[in-house]
Amino acid sequence: MNTADQYVKAIYLLQQMENGPASTGALADRLDVSPASANEMIGKLESRGLAEHEKYKGVTLTDDGIVRARDALQTYCIIERFLANVLSVEEFRAEARELEPVIDDLVAERLDTIIDRNAECPDCFDPETDACCHLEVASEANVEAEEQRAD
Amino acid sequence: MSVGHRVSSDHQLARLLQIGIVLEEVVEARSYHHYQSLDDGEELDAEIESLLEHAAAESAEHRERLEALVEELDAESIPFDEIEALVEAQYGKTEPEDFDDILYDQLCNEETAYKFYDDLVGALRASEATFGIDRDRLIDVLIEIREEEADGVEEVTKIMNKRQ
Repeated sequence: MNTADQYVKAIYLLQQMENGPASTGALADRLDVSPASANEMIGKLESRGLAEHEKYKGVTLTDDGIVRARDALQTYCIIERFLANVLSVEEFRAEARELEPVIDDLVAERLDTIIDRNAECPDCFDPETDACCHLEVASEANVEAEEQRAD
Repeated sequence: MSVGHRVSSDHQLARLLQIGIVLEEVVEARSYHHYQSLDDGEELDAEIESLLEHAAAESAEHRERLEALVEELDAESIPFDEIEALVEAQYGKTEPEDFDDILYDQLCNEETAYKFYDDLVGALRASEATFGIDRDRLIDVLIEIREEEADGVEEVTKIMNKRQ
């Protein structure tokens, strides 16, 4: 997945979490890059018609950006599910993040032929847990969150 | 997440090689099943039969070469028997519709494998990390495999063009 795809995916998830534009600071944090790098890439995304940036508010994906982000999220979901369900990797979230830049959509599509992804993907992806909601770790995290809320 | 992250550890390298092994497993299983389906067909096509036979054998050989590299990295093992069974189960239930279907699928297999090795070689070249395997030898092996995948793409394309 290329750098632009990683950015649109992160913006898409931040917009879901913040229920509004994604702030540059939050985007930089999520991607572990400097705010200057994030700003530079936001400019590139704007020039490609994938995002719109409003000063003091943040960045919002355009319709084309959303399509691209959902494709990228599907690819990411395939990587997570492949690691968790096929290779039985416990730390699948951390490893998916490491592998994401090196795994191309074409490769993910082929890996997808041996995993049972749900039809609603990528809506299955939970931005809070950073995982597909059908994977075990995500549900454990949800249980913990529910327990905390109950306390 | 780390944008522009490159291969930086033995663990990550081993994982990528393991993904390569699974991809080869998929190619091998698909070629094998398509090859079997030709046996059931009324009319055998010698050229496609030879292509699939060669593809399955080549994937098995690639898988062994990748496995040897992973072993040198002293990585945790992954359940290959289960993966083999899973891949087998997936392809046991799908049948290609015709020869063109088989060829198109084979082309996707070869192209995907080529892209995977090409990206991996690029990521390794961009990395300054030291691995448990000699980097030059590792890259040489991956380039050899990548070139065989490129030959595979060319071979399938030739047959597809002839059939048009």
